[in-house]
Amino acid sequence: MDVLALARWQFAITTVYHFILVPLTIGLAPLVAGMQTAWVVTKNEKWLRLTKFFGKLLLINFALGVATGIVQEFQFGMTWSEYSRFVGDVFGAPLAMEALAAFFIESTFLGLWIFGWDRLSKKVHLACVWLFALATNLSAFFILSANSWMQHPVGTTFNPETGRAEMESIWAVLGNNTLWAAFPHTITASFLVSGTFICGIATWWMVRLVRSKKPELVELARSTYRPAVVLGAVVMLLSGVGVALSGDVQGKIMYEQQPGKMSAAEALCESTEGAAFSILTVGPLLNPTCDQLTHLIEIPGLASFLGTGHFSGPDSLLPGVDDVQQQMSDKFGATDEAGNPITYTPPLGVSYWSFRLMIGLAAFSAALALWALWATRRGRLSDSRWLSRLAVIALPMPFLACSFGWIFTEVGRQPWVVAPNPTGVDGVWLLTSAGVSTAVPGGVILTSMIVFTVLYAGLGVIWYRLLHRYAIEGVPQVHDESPEARSDDDADRPLSFAY
Amino acid sequence: MDLSILWFVIIAVLWTGYLVLEGFDFGVGMLMSFFPRGTREQRESERRVLVNTIGPVWDGNEVWLLTAGGATFAAFPEWYATLFSGFYLPLFIILLALIVRVVAFEYRGKISTPGWSRRFDLMIQVGSWVPAILWGVAFANLVRGVLLDDAHQYVGGFWALLNPFALLGGLTTLVLFLLHGSVFLALKTDGELRARARQFAARLSLAAVVVAGGWAIWAQVAYSVPWTWAAVAVAAACLVGVVITNARGAEGWAFTLSALAMVAAVTLIFGSMFPDVMPGRDGGPSLSIAEATSTDYTLTVMTWVAVILTPVVIAYQSWTYWVFRRRLTSKDLPAPAGLVWKRVREALGGHDEPAVKPADLA
Repeated sequence: MDVLALARWQFAITTVYHFILVPLTIGLAPLVAGMQTAWVVTKNEKWLRLTKFFGKLLLINFALGVATGIVQEFQFGMTWSEYSRFVGDVFGAPLAMEALAAFFIESTFLGLWIFGWDRLSKKVHLACVWLFALATNLSAFFILSANSWMQHPVGTTFNPETGRAEMESIWAVLGNNTLWAAFPHTITASFLVSGTFICGIATWWMVRLVRSKKPELVELARSTYRPAVVLGAVVMLLSGVGVALSGDVQGKIMYEQQPGKMSAAEALCESTEGAAFSILTVGPLLNPTCDQLTHLIEIPGLASFLGTGHFSGPDSLLPGVDDVQQQMSDKFGATDEAGNPITYTPPLGVSYWSFRLMIGLAAFSAALALWALWATRRGRLSDSRWLSRLAVIALPMPFLACSFGWIFTEVGRQPWVVAPNPTGVDGVWLLTSAGVSTAVPGGVILTSMIVFTVLYAGLGVIWYRLLHRYAIEGVPQVHDESPEARSDDDADRPLSFAY
Repeated sequence: MDLSILWFVIIAVLWTGYLVLEGFDFGVGMLMSFFPRGTREQRESERRVLVNTIGPVWDGNEVWLLTAGGATFAAFPEWYATLFSGFYLPLFIILLALIVRVVAFEYRGKISTPGWSRRFDLMIQVGSWVPAILWGVAFANLVRGVLLDDAHQYVGGFWALLNPFALLGGLTTLVLFLLHGSVFLALKTDGELRARARQFAARLSLAAVVVAGGWAIWAQVAYSVPWTWAAVAVAAACLVGVVITNARGAEGWAFTLSALAMVAAVTLIFGSMFPDVMPGRDGGPSLSIAEATSTDYTLTVMTWVAVILTPVVIAYQSWTYWVFRRRLTSKDLPAPAGLVWKRVREALGGHDEPAVKPADLA
């Protein structure tokens, strides 16, 4: 394999792995903060128990997210140094801002939250978890502003003297419409992940306790797990609607900015008015060409509507991949510097299926949310084994949906690493093949790719087993450790929580 | 003032923050290898004290590295690209070490079985020793100069990074971090642990004077400019000061002085690189601040961000250290809160039926 392929695999593996962990943190942190707020306001102990329970799961997840996050920043310079040279003047700024504005708050206030239960007053301690939660979301904003710039470079000119993209306006970069579509989509998807996480685990517990038929356990299900089920389900429904709406906005923006991506997602070969959305297409799985595909089940006009807002008529015209290829070749040349022909169509199979899996897997969350809400209506509990099963099956689905969403976003941009802005910024584009480090031998990247993969897999197993172990332990017994609740004798006790 | 020079200084400051702060938590991590004494239980509880002295702060300390990396990317993209791709292997090994270290801190207490904590202790140790050496190797190579081609690509290869000067540089950061960590431990613990940490620091501070002093003079004579003699002198004075203050039991001062020694070391390193960010070697080209810099516009934006946010960051990080200022001893630690793999808590408060059969859960 050549350096480019290895570098791409390494980036894909480390990034998909990292982004399995991130959405749960982004969504769960504010929800745990909300639970703690409910405890401070209502003084009802169940909220403290839920805070501690989901807080522990949040920490297990966050640790691995932090650990894999360092790799994300470093590998731009290590494996993609030519990309870094080209974009650094623009792309580096949001990364540095993320570190300075968000990471410091996250890590510092998380430390205060973990170790500060008995050291800080209730309100200050609560402020710490909120700062942590807001910073995780702020961090998402900065990283998405960097990514959105690669999808749609704005606020930038090409400087032929330095041969790189240079920033003209930070406000344009932070006001990028791609960013303002991607940010709500990512955040709502993260809430969908964490809502499913909370609802899934709490539902499984509720059903189990109710099935035990012991009055005190049923009471625990009613008092503590049922509120968590309802909280999770409501979050899932609201965020699910948000995901769909923001995704629709994104689809239309994408159609304007990266027509090849949408056409590949639809496996649309020729430019079509009133194009149908195909639910099932058959053909070779890996690298199909257009004429090898047969659309079996289709919804008329829907693809056009997703892309343009029109079901039929001239306004509903979607460009086919062949036309996109032709237009791009005319504009950017048919061959690269080495004389190889450039394929301007992203891989059809990956684009088509990742787009559908992204949408389809989220449906499990919707099913769980509706059923869980129905089962718990007006104070009811449920002992349905099937509900319990669905709760467990639904758990991993939005994680996978997020991963496929990113695979679609990144693969669909190919062959560009910085996609050209169709509305006019001249010269600011970069082929992925031109972004890879030239000073690093392939064997070195291969080695690091294998080691990262093996290490991540090992850590992933530990992560999963710890989450699983802590989830089946259930809500802990708690006591109020805040300084207000303590007698003065203990005031000098150094730590009530310790590693 | 030229903004690119200001950013050269800011990046030096960020590295200083990183080495001063994570320096002591690397030190504490390394001390876990041989500091704990006594029976197996005593050793375990001493290890827990060590981990908990840095528990609330290590994560915030590490962010200084991410910020230094991000700032280099934003302010000197050419430097970021050349340095990170050129030093691929050492950085890769550092990354592996930092990954296992982060995970180990968070996960070591999650399961309460001896085998579990032993494995994660090993990860903390590896994760602390390896970067403690490699950061020194990397910085010493920047002082010494590296082989670049005209396109600013590093062409020296991996083995050239392991020259005697750089290896002594690695030993220097190793000794400095160990010293910094043991002084911090003396500052943060009480009783017998504190006495032992102080004794340890006394020996290490002598070693530090010799090793770090030797490397600094070598660096100064072979690669630097006259004014950085001041940094060498300050570093030496600080290390001698650590010997004295530590002997007198003034741990706060000893810690301040070992931190200042680190500041002086970074001053020496960045001072000898200036006005290059990557000095060349063997007559090859250098990469200068002027060649590596971002545009004035980007630097202006970043300057505003840094000017507004840095004081805030320093304020709340200092507050964290204030909140957790108390000394720890092994008597203070609550019982380990971790679970056991197999035994799931019996259904919520001592009910007879086991909550879950492990077989149900697979």
